Amino acid sequence: MSFLAILRATLAKDLLLEWRSKDAINAMLFFSLLVVVIFSFAFDPTAEESRRIAGGLIWVAFLFAAVVALNQTWARELRNQVLDAYRVSPAPANPLFLAKAVGNFIFVSVLEALMTPLFVMFYKLRPLGPAWELIPIAILGTWALVVNGTFFAALSIRTKSREIMLPLLLFPISIPALLGMVNATSAILTGEESAKFWIALLLAYDVVFTLACLLLFETILEAE
Amino acid sequence: MKRGFPILAIVTAVLLSFGLYEALIAAPTERTMGDVQRIFYYHVPSAWTAFLLFLINFVASVTYLIRRNAKADILAMVTAEVGVVFCTVVLVTGPIWARPVWGIWWTWDLRLTLTLVLWLIYVSYLMLRRFSTSSQTPVLAAVLAIFGALDVPLVYFSIWFFRTQHPSPVIGDGGSLDPRMAHVLLINWAAFLCLAWLVCWTRYRLEVVQREVEEAQSLESLLEGEGSR
Amino acid sequence: MPTPPIVVADGVIKQFGRFAALRGVTADFASGRLYVILGDNGAGKTTLLRTIAGLAQPTRGTISVLGSKEIKSVRAQIGYMAHPSLLYDEMSGMENLRYFAGLYGIEDDQSANQRCREVIASVKLDPELPRPVGQYSQGMRQRMSLARALLNDPKLLLLDEPFSNVDSRSAQEMSGLLAQMRNRGKTLLVVTHQPGILESVADEFVWMDAGKIVDRTAKLREGTR
Repeated sequence: MSFLAILRATLAKDLLLEWRSKDAINAMLFFSLLVVVIFSFAFDPTAEESRRIAGGLIWVAFLFAAVVALNQTWARELRNQVLDAYRVSPAPANPLFLAKAVGNFIFVSVLEALMTPLFVMFYKLRPLGPAWELIPIAILGTWALVVNGTFFAALSIRTKSREIMLPLLLFPISIPALLGMVNATSAILTGEESAKFWIALLLAYDVVFTLACLLLFETILEAE
Repeated sequence: MKRGFPILAIVTAVLLSFGLYEALIAAPTERTMGDVQRIFYYHVPSAWTAFLLFLINFVASVTYLIRRNAKADILAMVTAEVGVVFCTVVLVTGPIWARPVWGIWWTWDLRLTLTLVLWLIYVSYLMLRRFSTSSQTPVLAAVLAIFGALDVPLVYFSIWFFRTQHPSPVIGDGGSLDPRMAHVLLINWAAFLCLAWLVCWTRYRLEVVQREVEEAQSLESLLEGEGSR
Repeated sequence: MPTPPIVVADGVIKQFGRFAALRGVTADFASGRLYVILGDNGAGKTTLLRTIAGLAQPTRGTISVLGSKEIKSVRAQIGYMAHPSLLYDEMSGMENLRYFAGLYGIEDDQSANQRCREVIASVKLDPELPRPVGQYSQGMRQRMSLARALLNDPKLLLLDEPFSNVDSRSAQEMSGLLAQMRNRGKTLLVVTHQPGILESVADEFVWMDAGKIVDRTAKLREGTR
């Protein structure tokens, strides 16, 4: 059973199942919209300061939306104990992890794609720096949240109060990534600084933690 | 081992008292900040002690994952607990110092922020240990400790760069240290290290006994139970 | 030359905090036999099965399965079925099994489809049924779950409460199927509260109480221990 074949099959299965039970997606899309609106009421979009803090606002909004998505990463595998069926098979653990992480990445990216135009509209955002740099920032930042989020969601399977354990574990570890995402985005929006250091930091974060997750996922999966 | 404990206790008491005297009375008064600066002799050694304890936690966690040795796990747990306490001291003494001197309660300077993040990571570590329903909690905790350790350099660099872009007041020594002050600092650090060792040792022994009791209880034969049926 | 035992447990202790589900299980299970494991709730039957399946690690003691202490290496030869269905509710039986076939390395489309059809048919279900498994009756779901456990043609089958909430006809059919498996040389360990269903086909009854094996008999005795 090749690694890629299992990864592809698992990802396909997850996307199929997500498609068939659309209620979860709809609720999350609506939640993302709500977050943007609430933020707009809480942080006055007409103030001059908006451009400076917009980077932070957007990523905190993405973070909240991501947590809602991450919390149900493993929900389907826990229903009917299907995860046992995977564990009992000779399939290695990492394709399962990557399939879930990539699935979450796709899902959170969809949420971000919905929230971004709203933010741009409400806050009248116009990047004064090189706008194309926002793409690597978005990709690296989202992966940073999703890779550790998927891992900690799996860790949380073995705890009480699962839904609160995930953010509890994820937020402290994500602080450098959050600094990276927010400052990089602000740098591009205000055009006052270069985002290069922050992009490099995000890249380093992603590499370090993707490796850590791949090395340690099997260990926590088997820690019943 | 057990004989060393009372000796360590006495040494700790002596060092702490001596350190207290040195810090509050013998050390020279700082020129600009006055007496409130003396809190520095508690703020800084607490930070160093906490960092050292977390380093030990990291080593113990890695050892546990490789060897699955219960002693390594207990050491990891103990150093995390005591480390959080010392971190809390840093986070409390920081604002107490900052407020009268600089007029602000908090500044996102490197040491304070790094300490805050470490405190958050290790509190989450302790919560994981408490909330875990797995029979292999030590494994989960060790993995989290490794993630935390990997995070530390990233936290350091991100804050460092942020500070160079957006400078702000530093709660710290600001410049060279008078050798008499350095001397007092080191005495207090030695005292704190001994205190940390003492508390860790006690907690360690407590945990060892607790686990033995749990194990004995769970394996207890039900012979009495059957007889009473 | 006699075949070595398929499962060897030696002093297995499994603790969950203050509670010890297994308090020292030492047993051999021979190849090609059907064992029925019985006992009250909390006796440790499920824990024992999960430990043999490699889903849980013993706190102390060792388990060796198919000659190996590293259960990971022999997973391809183990089939496991539990009281929950271990299936995705929103997919059809065939879709479920196709996915699991991939996990067992049966990648080639044609042979995977064929194998899935075979195994679904062997539990007397319709492979072409498009209905999602979540809408099956309990009997159908248990049979599909059994099909999943048989997918990789395992040497060792571990079944935890396969007959629970199943209508008697399905139960009889499953029982016949299990006997066939045993006759083909497979080893089966079946945990059940309804040993009567397997009374005529079982080779041995294993009685558990409070985390230990307390008796092993060739016949089922009514209401005694």
